[in-house]
Amino acid sequence: MNLMNHLPALALAVPLLAAFATPLVAAISPKARNIWVTCVSALVSLIVFGILYRVLTMGTQIYVMGAPSWNISLPSGFAIPVRIILEVDAFNALVAFIASLSALAGAVYGLKFVRKFTGLEFYSALYFLLTAGTLGMIMTGDLFNFFVFLEISSVASFGLIAFWRDRPEAVEASYKYMLVSQLAAQLVLVALAFIYGRYGVLNMAAFSTVVQPDLISKVVLVFLLVALAMKCGSFPMHMWMPDAYAEAPASVTVLLVAMSQASLVVLCRFCFSIYGTAMGTAVIPWTLIVLGCASMFGGVSMAVVQHEVKRLMGYHSVSQVGYMLTAFGVGLLALGDKTAMDGFGLTAVAGGIYHMINYILYKGLLFLCAGALYMAAGSRDLDKMGGLARKMPVTSALFLIAAAAISGLPPFNGFVSKWMIYESVYAVHPILMVVALVSSVLTLASFVKVYQTAFLGPERPQFAETHEVPRAMIAGMCVLAVAILVLSLFPSWTVNTLVRPAAEALVNKASYGAAVMGGAL
Amino acid sequence: MISANLPYFVFAVLFLIGLLGALLETNLIKIGIAIDVMESAANMFIIVLGYRNGGYIPVKFLMPEGVTNFVLPTPQALTLTAIVIALATSALMLSLIVMLYRHYGTLDVREIRRLRG
Repeated sequence: MNLMNHLPALALAVPLLAAFATPLVAAISPKARNIWVTCVSALVSLIVFGILYRVLTMGTQIYVMGAPSWNISLPSGFAIPVRIILEVDAFNALVAFIASLSALAGAVYGLKFVRKFTGLEFYSALYFLLTAGTLGMIMTGDLFNFFVFLEISSVASFGLIAFWRDRPEAVEASYKYMLVSQLAAQLVLVALAFIYGRYGVLNMAAFSTVVQPDLISKVVLVFLLVALAMKCGSFPMHMWMPDAYAEAPASVTVLLVAMSQASLVVLCRFCFSIYGTAMGTAVIPWTLIVLGCASMFGGVSMAVVQHEVKRLMGYHSVSQVGYMLTAFGVGLLALGDKTAMDGFGLTAVAGGIYHMINYILYKGLLFLCAGALYMAAGSRDLDKMGGLARKMPVTSALFLIAAAAISGLPPFNGFVSKWMIYESVYAVHPILMVVALVSSVLTLASFVKVYQTAFLGPERPQFAETHEVPRAMIAGMCVLAVAILVLSLFPSWTVNTLVRPAAEALVNKASYGAAVMGGAL
Repeated sequence: MISANLPYFVFAVLFLIGLLGALLETNLIKIGIAIDVMESAANMFIIVLGYRNGGYIPVKFLMPEGVTNFVLPTPQALTLTAIVIALATSALMLSLIVMLYRHYGTLDVREIRRLRG
């Protein structure tokens, strides 16, 4: 039972320590490395599932690193919040669990996908570091700790994007992502300095109880909004996204998708749980909505003209992030107004969160299918593929599930989350819903194109020797496909037990602060 | 007023130089230097914020006997961590620049654009 209290710390410590132990284990034999990678990834998923279960049954979990209390009290009675805390509520526990599932899927898939290359022990080490960084960004309750995990995950992802370093494009994509992400990191660091200079706290919960709608707080919010919108791939700074997603190995792209969502989690945390009504302006929500609509439409219109399957999916990622930004912007507009919150605000936030977890799952599955296609066909160019459904029946079925989910076809989870977004953004302005619907139609159109050119059609002579991808890759894809099917088959259970509590935890600023502070300070 | 706020002006100027350099320069090495200037500016900003007039350093054996007004060392701890992170990312950025130069034979970002459209 005692160990259960330490689950949040274990979720970070296990991948972090496993990362540094991986080269040692890999020295024994490649088989030992494979078993090690699979076991550690499964263990991380199990730990994060334990956190989610405890959060849903017992409420918000607080973990203070290295001490029972999060502050030091001077003899004079003055208490300063100094220690690193992890604050896991229904919102970030849910996203962390989905992110750990995609890390598991990518790890299992990668066992076979990158097996022909050298340097695999360092690949696995960086993979675990990226997992630890992503989970840390999602679960942390301390601002500087967030910066550290942001940099851990960034540095690990630079190495992983440039994994095929003999390809000039991979190095170029990695450098491009590095520039964007270092700019973003410095903006975050300056924002933290502003917070520390103005309020003297770096604890997120403590900050949420003292924040005032003054000039410094608005400057901080602008810095963070710019930085985190860059990191999650919103419209004007989206150009790194298709490049990095296309050039990274498919097993890594799955985790990059989860990492970009971790930035969005922190952005939501700032807008809803920390600032909330103290934002004092409608400029930020409208900025999010405008950025969201531009990403939604711009991303999908760039995607329909692509011929390279992973670049096409990368542009779809920009479009999907747009849905979430729009939904969260609409939710922010309703903040502080009880009738608006009950009317459409909570639905918008719930739709945004639901879309976020759906996006991590189906986008991950789509990238894994694209990697399987690349492995089988030896090319990512759609014009060179065709008739692969006969040779790869399992991959083609899994691709169909993911494509139906991302296009929002009725029985699948994408339909439910998109419906919640349409329903709520309509209350603010009908034009938002029109943009969302048109983007959804274009998404369907481009995935019909991909399925038709890659899988259907007559058998091509150059693919006579092609066969289904190895079993480990199928297993990795199945992890995500099963999660999508569970969310799809039990929509009301998902919305009521997972998504609604997450949305309520996110918008409830008072309970976020009180969970740590207990009404003190 | 100017003299008391001078460190903040220096921070703002340095940070803007770094930002403009990163956005406008075309040489990969110069972009790297610009990012480093931004990092140093941010670190300097945190250090300046941690300064308290008349406060003592929070090191027990360096403080005179009976001193109670010592500063909270949080900014210094943050800056140390940020410097280490900046070092690691700068090293990685330089190694990526070396690899880019080997592949493309140039350091000009206008010629390194194989990923388009």
